[in-house]
Amino acid sequence: MTPGTWLALIIALVLAGEIVRALRHRALKGGRDRWRRFFKHRTTSWGVGILSFLVIVALAAPLVAPFPPNDQLGIVQLKNQPPSWTFILGTDVLSRDVWSRVVWGARVSLGIGTLGALVAIALGTLVGALAGYYRRWIDPALMRTVDVGLALPRIFILLMVVALWDGLPFVALVLAIGLTSWFGTSRLVRAEVLSLRERDFVVAARALGADGARVIFRHVLPNAAAPIIVSAALSVGNVLLLEAALSFLGIGVAPPDPSWGNMIADGASTIYSAPWTTLFPGLAIALVVMSLNAIADGLREALDPREEPS
Amino acid sequence: MSAPPSPLVGPALLRVRNLKTYFVTEHGKGTARAVDDVSFDLYPGETLGIVGESGCGKTVTSLSILRLVPEPPGHILPGSVIEFEGRNLLALPAPELRAVRGNQIAMIFQEPMTSLNPVFTVGDQIAEAAIIHQHLSRRAARARAIDMLRLVGIPDPDERVDHYPHQLSGGMRQRVMIAMALICHPKVLIADEPTTALDVTIQAQILELLDRLQQELGMAVLLITHDLGVVAGHADRVVVMYAGRVVETAPTERLFDQPTHPYTEGLLAAVPRIDAPRARLHAIPGQVPAATAWPSGCRFRPRCPYAWEKCQEEPGLLETGSPGHTARCWLVTEPERRQVKR
Repeated sequence: MTPGTWLALIIALVLAGEIVRALRHRALKGGRDRWRRFFKHRTTSWGVGILSFLVIVALAAPLVAPFPPNDQLGIVQLKNQPPSWTFILGTDVLSRDVWSRVVWGARVSLGIGTLGALVAIALGTLVGALAGYYRRWIDPALMRTVDVGLALPRIFILLMVVALWDGLPFVALVLAIGLTSWFGTSRLVRAEVLSLRERDFVVAARALGADGARVIFRHVLPNAAAPIIVSAALSVGNVLLLEAALSFLGIGVAPPDPSWGNMIADGASTIYSAPWTTLFPGLAIALVVMSLNAIADGLREALDPREEPS
Repeated sequence: MSAPPSPLVGPALLRVRNLKTYFVTEHGKGTARAVDDVSFDLYPGETLGIVGESGCGKTVTSLSILRLVPEPPGHILPGSVIEFEGRNLLALPAPELRAVRGNQIAMIFQEPMTSLNPVFTVGDQIAEAAIIHQHLSRRAARARAIDMLRLVGIPDPDERVDHYPHQLSGGMRQRVMIAMALICHPKVLIADEPTTALDVTIQAQILELLDRLQQELGMAVLLITHDLGVVAGHADRVVVMYAGRVVETAPTERLFDQPTHPYTEGLLAAVPRIDAPRARLHAIPGQVPAATAWPSGCRFRPRCPYAWEKCQEEPGLLETGSPGHTARCWLVTEPERRQVKR
């Protein structure tokens, strides 16, 4: 670790802290009730802080990572080094710097998590809205598909998909994960739409001559935004875990590129002699998932319409 | 109030013929015949009142006209005709039907509290129909929305246009609903209990507003209500519904002077009067039967004070002799029976 990387790291920490402070300040000072409710629990602030820190670090990877993530720094004398001032999180079995790999891996893991969740939420929302709004034969057709999707073990589906490729490209991995993660969301959205479609303002919109797409996207879905957003926050965490599991099984992000999942896989064989190779990427995953859960709780608190002053 | 266009000349704007809207009830156990063979005409420029108790099919009739009945469980039976300017709305393909909704025929609803979308400003919602039907730009539509707000008598329309529904009172919201419905200058306005949810003074203001707008814009209004006072003051003609059927139609004055159907009679007797000696308010005994099991014969028979054997067979709408006055009751042919109460 050079002074430059320490400095970058400290700046990242301070920046994350500042973001939380500024948001909280605006929320507590500004009039909007809903943001005050967002920060009601202390854990939400921590979630926002930790997540911002990890995102900043991921974006600034070249600055905060002292070594290129895939470089074998000295295959004989520098492998499985415990944490030290030079290698703050140690080195792995191939003498690569764990900290640098965690930092670069954040890009991959958070990227897949976000994009995969985006795909899943978009698809789930669309399917749920169509099924809930149009009913008739569309509803049972789509919902039975969802039942099948929920019943099949997802890992199994993904294994089948991945078997068709050799070394999955990033986009394909995102799609594969996104396209198998939308089932729960679609059920949630469908339930929400089912109740919204009977509301007077939806009937009123139809009486004005609005077509199906307009009614769904302008009148129904905006009123279902709260559960969708909460579900999106949770879904990022789930996708991240799935990516980790896939990479651990060796069918996710292709080595030598680091992702938190395949780092754990790489370190698994030396978990007793060099626990730091698995501990830190695992910790990163746990931190992100916990942060997202805390943020989801805050969002739930903020977006709950029952607390909306009418 | 416009002068009653009587005798009614020219072709009807909206002709409803043999409208049957049924609902399949939960578990498919029965069919609720909510609207069962209803026919009436609406002429240009007039206000036609539809009155009846809760559950007699008024609202389902109004929803059927624009095909807004939730399907399933509801469905409009084949053979029903809703003819607007020569076209049967029930046979129209969806895009053409949408071009009629909100543009030629508009509707306002009972509950101004829930009929506005809580997440959009009132300006956005008023402008919506203009954007859909007249393809106005957002800016032009916004200007129109402000004009409409002014037209329906909302103070500070430039400011109000950016308010959200929850920032407005009930009366204001109903005015916004009216503005939404009228932005495309429809030929027919269906007002389903437009004032039921409002208190009495606001009610009067809204009805006056509707009268004024009707004259300014020259539209026909289908005024659905259970309040005979509203009908007396604002309708040219009245259709009385009971148990999914039309039981009497008449020009408003005639109906109040000479109600023929015992149900209409009962409704009128149940209105409290300020000029009559104080007495116990009249009530029609019993209640509207369930729509899954209408009585056989005349549907009012179980509650009718005059019913006799003949009522086991239901009469059609019989001419009473006065122009435009029909009633579905054998008393029209045997008026002496009116003396015999059971």
